[in-house]
Amino acid sequence: MENKVSEFKARLQQNTKAIAYPLIAILLSFIVGGIIVAAFGNDPIVAYTAMFKGSLGSWSNFGETLVSVTPLILTGLSVAFAFRCGLFNIGAEGQFIIGSVAAVWAGWAIKGIPALLHVLLVLLIGAAVGGIWGGVVGWLKAKVGSHEVINSIMMNYIAMYFSNYIVMNLLNEPDKAFSHAIADTAKLWRFAETITVFKGSRVHMGIVVALIVAVFAYYLLNKTVRGYEIRAVGFNPYAAEYGGINVPRNVVLAMFISGVFAGLAGAIMVTGIQFRVNNLFGFTGYGLDGIAVALVGNNHPIGVILSAFLFGVLQKGGPMMQLKGVPKEVVGIIQGIIILFVAVNFIKVMIERYSEKQKIKKGSVEGEGK
Amino acid sequence: MKKSLALLLVLVMAMSLFVGCAQPAPAPAEPTPAPAPAEPAKEPAKTFGMVTDTGGLGDKSFNDSAWEGLQKAGTEFGVEPVVLQSTKQEDYEPNLGNMSQQVDLTVGVGFLFENAMKAVAEQYPDKKFGIVDMVVEMPNVMSVVFKEHEGSFLVGVIAGLTTKSNVIGFVGGMELPLIKKFEAGFRAGVLSVKPDAKILVNYTGVFDNPDKGKEVALAQFANKADVIYHASGACGIGVIQAADEKNFWAIGVDQDQSAVSTKNKVLASMIKRVDTATYTMAKAIVDGNFESKILDLGVKEEGVGYSDGGNNVSAEVKAVVEKYKQAIIDGTIVVPTTEEELKAFKPVTLQ
Amino acid sequence: MKLSTVIEMKGISKSFPGIKANDNINLSVEKGEIHVLLGENGAGKSTLMNILYGLYQPDEGQIYVKEKAIRISNPNIAITLGIGMVHQHFMLVQPFTVAENIVLGSEPKKGTSLDLDKAVKDVEELSKKYELKVDPNSLISDISVGMQQRVEILKTLYRGADILILDEPTAVLTPQEIEELGIILKSLVNQGKTIILITHKLKEVMAMSDRVTIIRRGKVIDTLHTKDTNIDELAEKMVGRKVNLQVEKSDKQAASPVLEVKGLKALDTRGLEAVKGVDFEVRGGEILGIAGVDGNGQTQLLQALTGLQKPTAGEVLLNGKEITALPPRDVIESGVGHIPEDRHKRGLVLNFSLAENAILGSHRNKNFRGRFGMNYPKIREHARRLIHDFDVRTPNENVEARSLSGGNQQKMIIAREVDRDPGLCIAAQPTRGLDVGAIEFVHKRLVELRDSGKAVLLVSLELDEIMSLSDRIAVMYDGKIVAIVDAKDATEKKLGILMAGGSLQDEK
Repeated sequence: MENKVSEFKARLQQNTKAIAYPLIAILLSFIVGGIIVAAFGNDPIVAYTAMFKGSLGSWSNFGETLVSVTPLILTGLSVAFAFRCGLFNIGAEGQFIIGSVAAVWAGWAIKGIPALLHVLLVLLIGAAVGGIWGGVVGWLKAKVGSHEVINSIMMNYIAMYFSNYIVMNLLNEPDKAFSHAIADTAKLWRFAETITVFKGSRVHMGIVVALIVAVFAYYLLNKTVRGYEIRAVGFNPYAAEYGGINVPRNVVLAMFISGVFAGLAGAIMVTGIQFRVNNLFGFTGYGLDGIAVALVGNNHPIGVILSAFLFGVLQKGGPMMQLKGVPKEVVGIIQGIIILFVAVNFIKVMIERYSEKQKIKKGSVEGEGK
Repeated sequence: MKKSLALLLVLVMAMSLFVGCAQPAPAPAEPTPAPAPAEPAKEPAKTFGMVTDTGGLGDKSFNDSAWEGLQKAGTEFGVEPVVLQSTKQEDYEPNLGNMSQQVDLTVGVGFLFENAMKAVAEQYPDKKFGIVDMVVEMPNVMSVVFKEHEGSFLVGVIAGLTTKSNVIGFVGGMELPLIKKFEAGFRAGVLSVKPDAKILVNYTGVFDNPDKGKEVALAQFANKADVIYHASGACGIGVIQAADEKNFWAIGVDQDQSAVSTKNKVLASMIKRVDTATYTMAKAIVDGNFESKILDLGVKEEGVGYSDGGNNVSAEVKAVVEKYKQAIIDGTIVVPTTEEELKAFKPVTLQ
Repeated sequence: MKLSTVIEMKGISKSFPGIKANDNINLSVEKGEIHVLLGENGAGKSTLMNILYGLYQPDEGQIYVKEKAIRISNPNIAITLGIGMVHQHFMLVQPFTVAENIVLGSEPKKGTSLDLDKAVKDVEELSKKYELKVDPNSLISDISVGMQQRVEILKTLYRGADILILDEPTAVLTPQEIEELGIILKSLVNQGKTIILITHKLKEVMAMSDRVTIIRRGKVIDTLHTKDTNIDELAEKMVGRKVNLQVEKSDKQAASPVLEVKGLKALDTRGLEAVKGVDFEVRGGEILGIAGVDGNGQTQLLQALTGLQKPTAGEVLLNGKEITALPPRDVIESGVGHIPEDRHKRGLVLNFSLAENAILGSHRNKNFRGRFGMNYPKIREHARRLIHDFDVRTPNENVEARSLSGGNQQKMIIAREVDRDPGLCIAAQPTRGLDVGAIEFVHKRLVELRDSGKAVLLVSLELDEIMSLSDRIAVMYDGKIVAIVDAKDATEKKLGILMAGGSLQDEK
């Protein structure tokens, strides 16, 4: 019993630390960011007010923030999940793109089935295709041993150009640089349709899906045999092999699941926001942002939700700062600083170092006393 | 140690990716806009702002030109214009929405705003919107488009009269009907003065990658092209860089691009008065006569034309070009807009 | 013996975060003696020597070298004072020759370039003077570990050291090489050098030293003349309690074969044949020890037996059933426990909690499943039982395996593998890096397993361990089992010859 209480206390303490450090880091980075804004001749208070009002100040703004948060949760999960298996999935970008193209196809080509079924089917197809895109990278890693970072970067380019080809040829809306739109039955329900406070924002069921997926990812990783094996492979493939775990199979599976998350993100962007795919000039950035989201979220599904939310606020608040005259570049710098501060975890390092020093000092003083 | 090093590496990579993709635009050449507008103390003047595409300010082309028009209107009417630069295509819609909550007239710069403009204009029917380079037929939207083929025809004439190798290049961005219009007009212009000239046509497929523009231009140069016209957005910066390096002529687009060249290798520029367009819209809102309509600006309306910022066009050539210009205004020459019309087009020789 | 003190360390204290490594240590070393620092892993011996060599600065205390108080702030100062150190892990440049390595850092120059001829000549002279035979022109990567150690010693001598510190010098050597090292050290002393030896091996203390200083938990327990003490006294002072160094083992009749290995061959990572056709069997109720110098195919043999690599030929039978080339999971499930030779690489997922580590390999077991996914409360309970039964010192079962000491990590692995109640237990280097107390524990458990009728295959580089635990001893050399002898007939000398590739016929 006593054991349990102390155990609980220890866990609580650990979790408080895990949340407190990033919070302090965010706070500090805002201060540094503010100084930079001031250095560029803008009022930091005005800028930050604009950012927070713009992202959280009203239901519709909050809704729009959630629109940004939704794909970030999923691509963040995608990167985080692979990372837990020791794989660095740079390819969430490509999986996102290919998932969205697959979703457009399914949303456009499949006709005459009930809305709910259609939406689910579209999401499923997008996720599956994203999964295959990721699985290929995993398979190459497991069978040939080629590095997943290189391969997933290549797969990103393949996805982008492949997507552009399909958009400009097979699914092309005549004379336009984008694809056909998906059928109405394939569109996700938007909150604003019935909840009037969200009017003016495009927030949709995707956020709910993303949250459910995050909880699912947490459960899968931490509570199942599969998750145990994936984590074991991630931490120490040699020990995993020794423990009778099939390392290649888990690598492929982890990359597949990782791809499913990113592909789903793409499908959700299509069914919830875009309803079509544009001919891409460059990468969409969602998959790449996912890397930063996962890093800041410490590769933990719940951490990813929080970090995606932070990114969402920054992404949504950024234009608002621009409207207040803060140059786009400065907005980018502030975002970079915040991520840097949180991701490098330096607050934690500083505090721990300090307390260690204190301990040593104390220890040696006691020694003298004896 | 190894692990932390790896993490650091990953971090650096992630950062560069993140920052890199968030900021695809080249650095702005002109100073960033003035800080927060001083609230107009007197009467609440009508305000206006614009949303750029992902190219952003500093493209030395479309977005910059549009911004110039608004700034001109701003100084004239004592209003501080607002600009919002987009980082993602998905942001066009919220960006237009946010801008419309802040100003009276929201201008979307570029045809890519079509869908977002439709959605936002519907969402805020009491707000006024303007779109450049695309027609959106809605009661609160003013659309401005250009007869780019006419301007392209004029620089085509210049190119035809200037080439020595008899090979002329055209670099397009994405292969869209809009850009095809540039190509058709340009080719018609060249053929009118040099019927035997060879015209190389390439498309980069994108608008925002100077490296690709350069690559294509260098390839055309390797195939003997000595004058290259581009209609490819920011890719054109690369075309002009190539011209500087290999010493051939480039022809700029959208606004006078002679300043982009460090060695004065921009022969001329086809200018599309995006600034006229945005200025016109801003003026309309201030004057209170804003209405839903489509303005199609050609040579006649001085919406398109050519400029010679580098003083590279000789007086003789200019004289010829002016003749063609007059012919277009008079309607004696109808410039083709498509491949089909070009085939049917009979080159007119004017002396 | 001349009674002049060359090294005097007074009141040395040094703290690291969370631990006081040295606590008011006094040490004096006399000229011309071999002085052993004896202590368990983590007792603070190496810290003390690193302070003497200038790698660490003491928090408190004073060092006197040749009766002069001196602050040694970096190794260069130590070197000019005539102090040289041979680290446990050699610091040699593999693709360089012996001579190049020895002169590295103080090369003889011809103009601006290295005068290699002079380097070779210097090394030859040095080698002759101290009777340390080496070939100056061979590459480090081509010579044996024992030779490499000589090169390290020569390196310190070349730089003019007359006080040599050797950190665990015997850890990597064969019995013969250890004997040779003893002779080398004696001759160095005869030439006027002073030697400080760090070790935790009691037998070597008795064989090699003049005096011994015992350190326990950062404090000096005692300094003794070797001739006035014995192994049991040293062990007790080192561990802090009475230790039974003799493995208690009853005679037991071995039953039928549990493991049969026939003509097994396996490759190493470079694709060369490392196991070249091995036959042996392990019977129920016996411990078969495999003796051999590191790198003679033991690693590949074990991997081939446990499914971690596929053998290229031969067969493996477990209780008469073929398990050749099965994947590790099937090998585990057919009843093989495996204490791997590298506990950090194979044995544990260091970032996992103890509870999660406690089920590695049996994580698919129905007992650990709940209705949805894994039953963590049950897993933790299982881990708590193992921790209790095997006396793993840990705050609780939720801490990461990483945070435990090596001995406790090993106990956790043994707990896991033994608790699975395997018909065959493969124990590779089960006591590597453990201190005396923990070794005693591990040995007891292995003997218990044997006594309960299980088969135990023990692979160890420690000849003492092999000899005291095994019922039969197989000697592995160059990928083959060159002999299998009854433990009663085995002597250190005999085994040593076999391990070095000799045969017993030559001996006679």
